[in-house]
This record gives sequence, structure tokens and C-alpha cells, in this order.
Amino acid sequence: MVDHQDQQAVAGAASPPLDDAPARLRFRSDAPFESPIAPLADFLAGGNFAAVRVDPGEDVRTLLPHLDRLKLVEIAFPKFRDGRGYSSARILREAGFEGEIRAAGDVLVDQLGFMRRVGFDSFAPNRPLDPAVVAATLARFPHVYMKAADGLAPVWALRHQAGA
Amino acid sequence: MYRYDQYDQAIVDARVAEFKDQVARRLRGEITEDQFKPLRLMNGLYLQLHAYMLRVAIPYGTLSGTQMRMLAHIARKYDRDYGHFTTRQNIQYNWIKLEQFADLLDDLSKVEMHAFQTSGNCIRNISSDQFAGAAADEVADPRPYAELLRQWSTLHPEFSFLPRKFKIAVIASDTDRAAIQLHDIGLQLRRNDAGELGFRVYVGGGMGRTPVIGSVVRDWIPVGQFLSYSEAILRVYNRHGRRDNIYKARIKILVNELGVEEFTAQVEAEWAELAPLGLDAPQAEYDRIIAQFAPPAFDLAAPDTLDLSDPDFAVWVKQNVHAHKAPGYAIATISLKPKRGIPGDASSAQMDAVADLAEKYAHDEIRVTHSQNLVLAHVKKADLYALWQGLDAVGLATPNLDLVSDIIACPGMDYCTLANARSIPIAQKIAAKFEDLETQRDIGELKIKVSGCINGCGHHHAGHIGILGVDKKGEEAYQLLLGGSGAEDTTLAKILGPGFDEDGIVVAVEKLIGFYRGARSGPQERFLDTYRRLGPAPFKEAVYG
Repeated sequence: MVDHQDQQAVAGAASPPLDDAPARLRFRSDAPFESPIAPLADFLAGGNFAAVRVDPGEDVRTLLPHLDRLKLVEIAFPKFRDGRGYSSARILREAGFEGEIRAAGDVLVDQLGFMRRVGFDSFAPNRPLDPAVVAATLARFPHVYMKAADGLAPVWALRHQAGA
Repeated sequence: MYRYDQYDQAIVDARVAEFKDQVARRLRGEITEDQFKPLRLMNGLYLQLHAYMLRVAIPYGTLSGTQMRMLAHIARKYDRDYGHFTTRQNIQYNWIKLEQFADLLDDLSKVEMHAFQTSGNCIRNISSDQFAGAAADEVADPRPYAELLRQWSTLHPEFSFLPRKFKIAVIASDTDRAAIQLHDIGLQLRRNDAGELGFRVYVGGGMGRTPVIGSVVRDWIPVGQFLSYSEAILRVYNRHGRRDNIYKARIKILVNELGVEEFTAQVEAEWAELAPLGLDAPQAEYDRIIAQFAPPAFDLAAPDTLDLSDPDFAVWVKQNVHAHKAPGYAIATISLKPKRGIPGDASSAQMDAVADLAEKYAHDEIRVTHSQNLVLAHVKKADLYALWQGLDAVGLATPNLDLVSDIIACPGMDYCTLANARSIPIAQKIAAKFEDLETQRDIGELKIKVSGCINGCGHHHAGHIGILGVDKKGEEAYQLLLGGSGAEDTTLAKILGPGFDEDGIVVAVEKLIGFYRGARSGPQERFLDTYRRLGPAPFKEAVYG
């Protein structure tokens, strides 16, 4: 389910112009988490944070001992072509993290399908995404070939399910 | 051959629809060219010197007559009546118009074909042995495993924005006809003493700017787990491969910088995390796919003799026909290196003819080789003569497989934006110098490979004689390399000495071959063997002395 309630600004300032604020997409039913997001180094240094930001070159596995106190991991995409964040998200989900994983930065509509599959459930793109294109993109593929972090059954499972 | 089921077709159809939508949004200006570029590349569409170039995927180089006929149709309808078979066992069209592209994709999808992941920084089309299923020395047909890889890697959500392109090749015999040690991952299927199948895994091979021979990171991974193991390799690469410099972004650089031991340790650690997650397809899926590659029902009564009374036919058989595992059958290679031709090119009429002949004589199956030739893998010996006549009628019976005129050449500066020099005319000029077939046969196996730039699409590093086009102060110049091999005895060719201009490189090759013919220990010693025995010094003397 797409939660469009915070498609508009959430940064705290009163009614900022739309263009200045990230237009969020969120696929979670819990309340958005709005406390400060710590850089990874600060978080690991022992600060009392429930949200952390991971940059492309940073090792998301350093978070694994702390997942139970994290509500949000924001994974930065300074350039859409840098695909390291896909692995970061999937590693968190494989470790059992059920909090919010947000892709932030140069996030484009044609990446959303892949991002949803590796475990991202919220998006803070630099530029707003057209909701109609988002909906079409996410509904595009009826099947997937491989497992990822979204629980979808790959076609090899559909082909050989009991009674099929 | 593998046939799509409803799931495969649904995914391909959705992918075609997605790309049409992406093209439409690009044309409306909703996405920038910078944003569009990786999307079109992942659909095989390059912007080249003169037009768009489209690279159509031929998974593991295998296609049916119907599919070949569609490739001919595309050449006729959307291009200039020809196509170019590539060293990755695909086909390229050089004159595609963007506005016709949607129709073209629809045509392809009608015959279970597409152009996905033939370019871009993703896992590319999987390549394999062109003799798969027919060679006597294979432990099993490698193509079911290549198909498993195809499915696993198609639209992989984690590995579609890799540091750089990623190429995987799969073989199943000790003889390597697919150059697996020069791939990002090379997989050799083997059978252990218990009769089980598993892969030896090479990682970090490649040509291009920094040629490297792959390293064995695992001597044995059971077939049932090779997909999750591949996933572990890709994850280590995706996380740690360099992204600061496009020329250092291939996995070979990561393997070299970490060292094979450390790289292997990281892959094993990653695999320990992934192996329990149930990422590998179940045995039933292996069985389903293997069944589709079941060998044709060979005629056990097929005569194992061959009438070689026609001398031209006999020459072709000697040069272009290989032994088949089934008595009474043979493997025929169709040379796409005719006199004065362009290596790897085929006209639509030739493609149609090959399709007809494959349906009539070769169980409706065609293979593309990384040497830019075609193969009919299952031909009754009794049908070889008729096949040869059919090929000869369309100019496809050149008996020069693995000889001096069977040259690999990239498109070069005639087509490619990356090239520094032309490749095709060099290949043609060298071939013309040795036009006489008797001379070619006397010289014996000699693999000449020509690249028009340092990216090495013409495999010059793997040439017995490699030629590399470079830009020398605005002039086309050619470096000469010797001693490469892409076979099981993989070696990298080394530069012999200063470069040449266009005519000079042809003369240099003539001198090399002249020296070799005098220096070889006997008619069985190949050029490469003589080079390995004597070393570069006397060859250098012959060229530069």
C-alpha cells in the first residue's frame, strides 16, 4: 500500500515550498519516524539514536548488533548509478530488520521496482516522482525469477508448487 | 532447446512494455539522456557513430530456425539487410531507428527473443560451448545451467547497477571453446568420483584494458548451489568493486587488489550468509530445464561412413566438421569469414538459408560461436553433402575454420564510437594475403584477433597473433601481440615491438608466418606452439630485424 500522507514536506519547517522538500513515498502502515538521523559514525560512536544514515561506501553490517534499537535506516544514493545501496538494504532484511529502510537522494522511478525487491519501504527522492508512473512501474512485472527481500515467490517456486 | 513457458513469456512481455514506456517518457523529456542511458543499454541499445546499434541476446548462443528467420526479418525490415554475429554469441544490428524500436521488440518477443542485458553494468547474456550437447568430451550439456543463470540474472534487483558489466561463461568439458578463464565468472561443469556434478569456479578473468586470466576461487561447488554461490560473488563485487574509475571497475581489479585468497575468503563468508536462505532453484526446476535440452532422438542406424569423392566437399569436411558423440552424426561449423567478407556478418538471405538447412538437416538448432561463426551441432553424416551444397549455394561453405583467414574482428572505427582504428579492413587485407586455401592449410591453426581499441572486443589478448588498433597522434596505428590463447591453455598475448601503420601490420603478419613455416618442428606444430617453444626473440628478429 502506498501511503501518500507524507508525500508533502515533513522536514519540520512550516509549509515549505514543495520543490524544496523531498516528496516521500512510504509503503509502511506505522507512523513515520521523525527524529534526527545520525551519520553512521556518530551512531556507532554510541549516540542515542533510533535512525541512522548509511552512505554508499559504508559497511551496513556494522549495524547488525544494533538492529533492535533502530527504527529507520536511511540509505543514501548520491548517484543513481551507484548500486551499493541495493546490497545494503538486502543485507539488513536478511538479518531480520523490520524497521523502515529509506532510499534517499538520486532515486528515480525506474529504480523503484528493484528497490522494493531488495527491501526498501520508503523513498525520499531528490525530485518528486509522478504518482501515476510510480503505480505503473510497481505493477509492471507479474512474476520474478529470483528470490530477494520482498518475500515474492520466484517462478521456479510457482512452477513446482504442490498440485501445480 | 529451452522453450518459454507462461512465466518466461509474461516477464519478457512486461519488460518490453516497460522499455516502451521508458522510451516514451524519454521522448516526452520526463527523463534526461543521462538517466535514460543505463535504461537503454540494459535493453541492448547503443548510440553509435552513424545510428543506434541494437544487440539482440542469443542465450548461450543457441537458437532455432524460426528464431534465425526472425533475425533475418529484422535485418531486412529494420536494418540494411544484414546482421553481425558477435564474440559474445549475440547478434548486432548497426542501423536501427529509435522510432521503429518498439515494433522491433514486439517482433523479437514473438519468437521468445529480446535484447535484455546485452549491454550496461549488469549481468550480461550467458555464453557457453557451441558444441554443447554434441561433444564427446563433455560431462553433461552445460546449457541447462546457463539457462538457470539466465533466469537468475534477468532483472536481478540487487545487481542491476554494478560497478561495471559482468560476463559469465559455462562449459562442461576440459576443452574450453568458450574462453571461460577470460570471463568475470567462468564455470566448468565437472563430475566427481561419486558421479555428482559440480562446478570449478574461475573469477576475475577478462580482456580489455587490463587483461587478466581468471583465478580458481572454488574447485567444487555442487550444481545445486551454484546460483547462491554466484550471488555471493556478485554481492562482494557489488559492494566492494571500485566505482571511482571506470577503467578499474571490473571484478578482475577487485580480485587483484584484494588478492585471490582474501577475495575468496570474502566470497565464502558471504555465501555462508546466503546459502541458508533458499536462493537456489529446487531439483525439480533443474530437471524441468534439463529435460528441454535432451538430445534429439539420434538415428542409431545412421551410417557412420562418409563419401568424400568430391574433393571440395572433402576439404570442407576436413576443416569445418568435428566428431559428434553419436555414431553416424557430425558437428558442422559454418564459417562467417568468406573471402573479402566482414567477419561475423551474415545477410538476411544467408540467415534464412541457415534456418532452412538447420530445420532440414540439424534438428532445428543453430549455435553462434565466440569466434563469430555458426554451428549446426547434430547433422547426420549422410546429410553432410547436401548440407554443404546448400551452404555453398549461399556463400557459406568457406572451409577455413581456425585457419589464418578465420579472423575475429570487432566492428572498429567503421561503426564504433570507442574505436581508435579500423579493424575490418585489417582482417580483410590479411585474409587476402593468404587467400590460397592450400597455403592456409599448410600454415594450419592460427587464430588472428583484431581489436580497434584497447577495450578489446576483438579479443586481441587471446590471439595467437593479436592486433590492437591505437591512435598515434591522430593516425591509425596497430600494435602487434603474440602468444595469446582463449582455450583451456589460456595465455595472454604480449606486445612484440613497435607498432605499424595499416600496410605495415599486414607485412609484419606475413613475416611472422613466413618465419614460423621455416622454424616449426613439423607440420603438426601450430604457430602458437612454435612461439611457446622458441619464445618471442626470433619472431621479433623476423619482423624488426
